Amino acid sequence: MKTSFKVNGKAVSVDVPDDMPLLWVLRDVLDLKGTKYGCGIAQCGACTVHIGGEAKRSCVTPVSRVAGAEVTTIEGLSPDGTHALQRAWEELDVPQCGYCQAGQLMMAASLLAAVPKPTDQDIDDAMDGNLCRCGTYLRIRAAIHRAAGGPPAAVPGGAQ
Amino acid sequence: MSAPTRVSRREFLQATLVAGGGLLLGTRLGASGRPAGAAAEGALNAWIRIAPDGIVTIVAQNPEIGQGVKTMLPMIIADELDVEWKNVRIEQAGLDTVNFKSQFAGGSTATPNHWQSMRQVGAAGRALLVGAAAATWGVPEAECSTAAGVVRHAKTGKSLKYGALLAKAATLPAPDLATVKLKDPKEFKIIGQRVRGVDNHKIVTGTPLYGIDVTVPNMLYAVYVKCPVFGGTVQSANLDAVKQLWGVRQAFVLEPGTGGALNGLLGGVAIVADTWWAARKARDQLKVVWNEGATASQSSAGFAAKAAELSKQPPQRSLKKDGDPDAALASAAKVVKAEYFYPFLAHAPLEPQNCTAHYSNGKLELWAPAQTPASGRALIARTLGIAEADITIHMTRVGGGFGRRLNNDWMVEAAAIAKQAGVPVKLLWTREDDMQHDFYRPAGFHHLTGGLDGAGKLTAWRNHFVSFGTVERFASSAGIQATEFPQRFVPNFALDASVMPLGVPTGALRAPGSNGIAYAMQSFLDELALAAGKDPLQFRLELLAAGEAITGDTVQPARMRGVLELVAEKSGWASRPRTKGTGMGLAFHYSHLGHFAEVVQVTVSRQGALAINKVWVAGDIGSEVINASNAENQVQGAVLDGIAEALAQEITIEGGRTVQSNFDNYELLRLTKAPPVEVHFRKTDNPPTGLGEPALPPVVPALCNAIFEATGKRIRALPIGKQDLSWA
Repeated sequence: MKTSFKVNGKAVSVDVPDDMPLLWVLRDVLDLKGTKYGCGIAQCGACTVHIGGEAKRSCVTPVSRVAGAEVTTIEGLSPDGTHALQRAWEELDVPQCGYCQAGQLMMAASLLAAVPKPTDQDIDDAMDGNLCRCGTYLRIRAAIHRAAGGPPAAVPGGAQ
Repeated sequence: MSAPTRVSRREFLQATLVAGGGLLLGTRLGASGRPAGAAAEGALNAWIRIAPDGIVTIVAQNPEIGQGVKTMLPMIIADELDVEWKNVRIEQAGLDTVNFKSQFAGGSTATPNHWQSMRQVGAAGRALLVGAAAATWGVPEAECSTAAGVVRHAKTGKSLKYGALLAKAATLPAPDLATVKLKDPKEFKIIGQRVRGVDNHKIVTGTPLYGIDVTVPNMLYAVYVKCPVFGGTVQSANLDAVKQLWGVRQAFVLEPGTGGALNGLLGGVAIVADTWWAARKARDQLKVVWNEGATASQSSAGFAAKAAELSKQPPQRSLKKDGDPDAALASAAKVVKAEYFYPFLAHAPLEPQNCTAHYSNGKLELWAPAQTPASGRALIARTLGIAEADITIHMTRVGGGFGRRLNNDWMVEAAAIAKQAGVPVKLLWTREDDMQHDFYRPAGFHHLTGGLDGAGKLTAWRNHFVSFGTVERFASSAGIQATEFPQRFVPNFALDASVMPLGVPTGALRAPGSNGIAYAMQSFLDELALAAGKDPLQFRLELLAAGEAITGDTVQPARMRGVLELVAEKSGWASRPRTKGTGMGLAFHYSHLGHFAEVVQVTVSRQGALAINKVWVAGDIGSEVINASNAENQVQGAVLDGIAEALAQEITIEGGRTVQSNFDNYELLRLTKAPPVEVHFRKTDNPPTGLGEPALPPVVPALCNAIFEATGKRIRALPIGKQDLSWA
């Protein structure tokens, strides 16, 4: 049946089964490929999007649940890729394979929206559900601090 | 794996003017003395395109799987070409085995394979442009210099940008790549710097890049359901019912490829639908009767029992024997014995296996996140009877490899499904498919005996390694090198092996072989150091001093001592606190041409809760660390990867199938568990080598040795999470 909602500020209407996960509506129906599939059971966070401003795992969110809601994906995190987190991610050269990073960024963005100057503990609490198989966690942590206006940025653990 | 791009025949730079006034620089084989711009004898091996506005486009020829090669190889060309990195653009090549060599990602080989040839290509381009400027001005080339894409003649004060020299350059004789003058490394401006990944902006903005993101017109989506028991085939399936389900267009059975190899096309059921979710959902209604086959009787418990049985019998074969280990053990002052076990592991790259394929008029086009695209093409050609020349492969960015995508089972599946379906199809595996149809890091069983003399010197070593395969041949990645350390550092040495048959597919996982072997060897060395009454560092340094310096693909004692001493210094090893419940562990390992030593510091509560506080790494990968940023990232990632494996990961086989299915029962490391990893490189006068793998192996034993120092408990079986670490 038909479900209407907003994605990145734009009204959309899709005619798919109610239980189709938002992830697959975004990727295969709306052709927004930035949100990634990693596990399908809310264990890896690669599919993280914002629904009504809150970070959610789109792989386990039936599309019926976003009827009338505002959904933001990585494509809509900023108009031109200049969100403080996106800049910090580039400046600290966070990605390796990069596949998880859209989900990491969406999770971190919701953290900063709620806690503008997060502590390490805040970051632990928010980011522990987002897996990075390449192990870029040290740079993810540093980049969140940097985006929050933390101390300028040494990439952690670099050789002197 | 395949030949490096060393110049074996005389290879020359080829320069061709293209539309818009740009200059295309590539290489060709042939004779010297002809204009660089003359028609090529064969197709142009195009590396570089210089536009009149000075923008330089460099082709990245290897698959990018997160190891940073798409940035790193062009950095080498750009530095020798002497252009500014900000004016460089990168284009990803497709598979093109006529014009490129070694287009694969694996074995940490890109740096050693391409370092010299990439430098030569860049330097030859620079030489050609210097020649063009010198000819334009009528001055000797030797008086000209370059910097930032400009040729200068100091005496006359003349200068010309590269973009203004393109037409002239195309008329000059072709520089010989073998003799072109390379930069003095002191003059490197890009090599050795921190250069950001060239795809970073696309990654952080969610731009389609990966195989899973590919869309082609009229494309349908597929799942492919295989027998949970490895090598099983379809007896029957309720295809007619499945075809009625929402969104499903086709459902059909594929027979196994010729020979039935586990790394080829396995039998299964394809469901092709309008969206991937429709195919995935239809799968819930699919009922298949499988012919499970012989592997159904195999299990991890069975392997362990068989290994114990084999360990008590004479070894099936000797891989290496030096001196007289029996006599040396009989006369040793102390003999230490221990058994070490490590389990099967999965690769679990975060991007599940996928491939998009379009078969039309006898030709096949694929979009593949591959590590070894050429092998995939050969497999498809063999399996489906399509000539290699009729198969085109586009190489996408790859969401993690770790060795999984050295095998191309998913690629041949996509090709077979698209051929049968008659429309373009994107095949995507579920995470469960990926976890349960991997080529696992094989489990291993090491039965070790060491003998020490009265002075605590290691005089004898015996390892009865129990693994998988046939007596003639180990299963994939289940073997051990006859020269594995400490061979040639112990006068009386025996490496023996026994194997049991295995129906479970195995393959290379990041630092194959080494990722398990280093754990057993370096843990046992700590046991020997303890028995010898020596500090683990001192014991290792003395052992390394006992081996002669030889060159080649083997541990070089001076380089290993160098990284050991460096990591000991940086970690404060000598003055480490020695309170119960805290500990530091040390280990080293040579693999993939890299020498690495690592120290791990842990705290373990009385109740056995483990915290990893910090890791120090010292690595020697030769004279240059090409991209300082990515090098550090790779090392940190490899260390965290090794910690994840050691802490929690285990694939268990029951009834010939994999028990684990997803990240809820096969745990990757999470952010809260990632300790700081301090990375140091010791630069030595050796050719630069790769970094995807060699930093991983030492961290596993270093962690286990740290736990021993903290608790007195020796980890002789992985994963650590299954062991009780409590202490009193």
